[in-house]
Amino acid sequence: MKARTKYVAFFLLPAFTLIAVFVVYPVARTVTLSFFNESGKFVGFANYVRVLSSREIINVEGFRRGFPLGALVHNLLWIAIHLPVTLSLGLLLAVLLKNVRGGSIIKSIIFLGMVMPMIVGGVMINFIFDRNLGIFNAFIKLFGVQPKTWTAHPDTALLSLISGSVWLWTGFSTVLYSAGLETIPKDLYEAAQLDGASPFKIFTKITVPMLRPITIVVITMTLLWELKVFDIVYVATMGGPGGASNVLALQMYLYAFRAMDFNRSAVVAVLMTVSTLLVSLPLLRTLKEDQT
Amino acid sequence: MKTKTLLVSLVGWLLALIWILPFVGVFMTAIRPLDELLKGWWNFSTFRPTLNNFVGAWNHPTASLSKGMLNSLMVAVPATFLPLFLATMAGYGLSRYRFKLRTPLLALIVVALALPQQTIAVPIFQMMNALNLVDTYLGLIIVHTAWGIPWITFFMRNFFTTIPKSMEEAARIDGASDITIFFKVAFPLAMPAVGSAFALQFTWVWSDFFLALILVYSPNKLLATQRIPLMRGVYHVDWGLLSSAAIMVMVVPISVYLLLQRYYIKGMIGWSLK
Repeated sequence: MKARTKYVAFFLLPAFTLIAVFVVYPVARTVTLSFFNESGKFVGFANYVRVLSSREIINVEGFRRGFPLGALVHNLLWIAIHLPVTLSLGLLLAVLLKNVRGGSIIKSIIFLGMVMPMIVGGVMINFIFDRNLGIFNAFIKLFGVQPKTWTAHPDTALLSLISGSVWLWTGFSTVLYSAGLETIPKDLYEAAQLDGASPFKIFTKITVPMLRPITIVVITMTLLWELKVFDIVYVATMGGPGGASNVLALQMYLYAFRAMDFNRSAVVAVLMTVSTLLVSLPLLRTLKEDQT
Repeated sequence: MKTKTLLVSLVGWLLALIWILPFVGVFMTAIRPLDELLKGWWNFSTFRPTLNNFVGAWNHPTASLSKGMLNSLMVAVPATFLPLFLATMAGYGLSRYRFKLRTPLLALIVVALALPQQTIAVPIFQMMNALNLVDTYLGLIIVHTAWGIPWITFFMRNFFTTIPKSMEEAARIDGASDITIFFKVAFPLAMPAVGSAFALQFTWVWSDFFLALILVYSPNKLLATQRIPLMRGVYHVDWGLLSSAAIMVMVVPISVYLLLQRYYIKGMIGWSLK
């Protein structure tokens, strides 16, 4: 018994000491910071009220006048657009490419967006939407639309970033769904075909239900990306123009390292943390099933 | 049936073409002089490829990429191997021993997986400041190590639970201690999983921007990713320079991906699936 404890400590202690000091403690400290003011006085939820009612986080006026709508709303918009698009596009591509000659090469190409540094991803988004050099403008010019730098206009900056993010992130759902399709037994399809089921019926009654566990993972990871997105916004627009493409992660950085307001930045960090933890609950649940 | 397969293939390749166009564009912009770009990188009425942009970015006066890539390497190598080693040990421990704290520790690392870096940013900065480790690579390496350990531990634990214990038990009968068994039997067996974790951790540390942004600021110490935003011109965007810099910075993780593709994808799927 004693010897076993010794071994457990040998294997676990170095790793978990680092986690305790450089992950757990900072998280606790951030939570504390969010309840205190600059001079170290406990203020309850005052910081939260201040942050949530600020123009940077939720801009009520924006709902009448247009962007900026506030970082929190922008993140929600990101989720509302980016999640369904990457999810369905990934599933579509995975199913489509299954029977394409060289499909794995195409998947590798689509996956490249996931492999490059996101700071480069942000530069690429700027490049796609640039007035003179952007392929997007070259394309829409064919339809007679005036070219412009889409990331530099308040009403299109956020949407440009979100579409750029679709370009970067679809590789993830495609690759995961492709792996998921491999796990579906072939005889299920054969049986359905023998029974005369239509391709649409096979897709909705076999493929989609069998992919449920993968879908949970894809949704979780995609939501985490949408809540944490930082690099591409930092390099492409710096949240601009005039905050029109700002997001929570960037606002946290601006509060902390530009305005030197650690308490307000802590509030934003806590809001982000709570939402990411809520999102990852399904993953924790799979862990529980795993225990038996 | 034949025409349908052909049609599907055609659509697939068309999509691949659309997806890769921005890469082609960046590449063309990097290898062509500015006056050719003004007509669009897709215009080939004249085509005089040059490496000037690459040389310019590599030796940039204020954001030299040669220095940046070297700096990134100096951070990424230790910040890959250190967590890899410690987390493989931890993952092994979590898979092979039953003890009271096991489930809470597992839950802790899963929770840590989801955390945004913003949650630790300010306290980490203050701690590193107190330790005199701000603006040093050691500080950044420590944070990357601590940050990488949860997911690698989780990944390695999942791997170890799938491999049978029979070989380890055979070694135990021969009188080997648990520590010897780990280093002589389990660790070598885990090489494919270690390969996956290596590919992902190295890529992520190389690609990191946020932690570097808050911890490293001296101009000569800036990492490769930090120099990208500095590559823009002051009055206008120098796309040639920026494109070649972007290519050089992404060539490293993309090479890792292409060389270790099977491990890379396995890591991505294994880590997120189970």
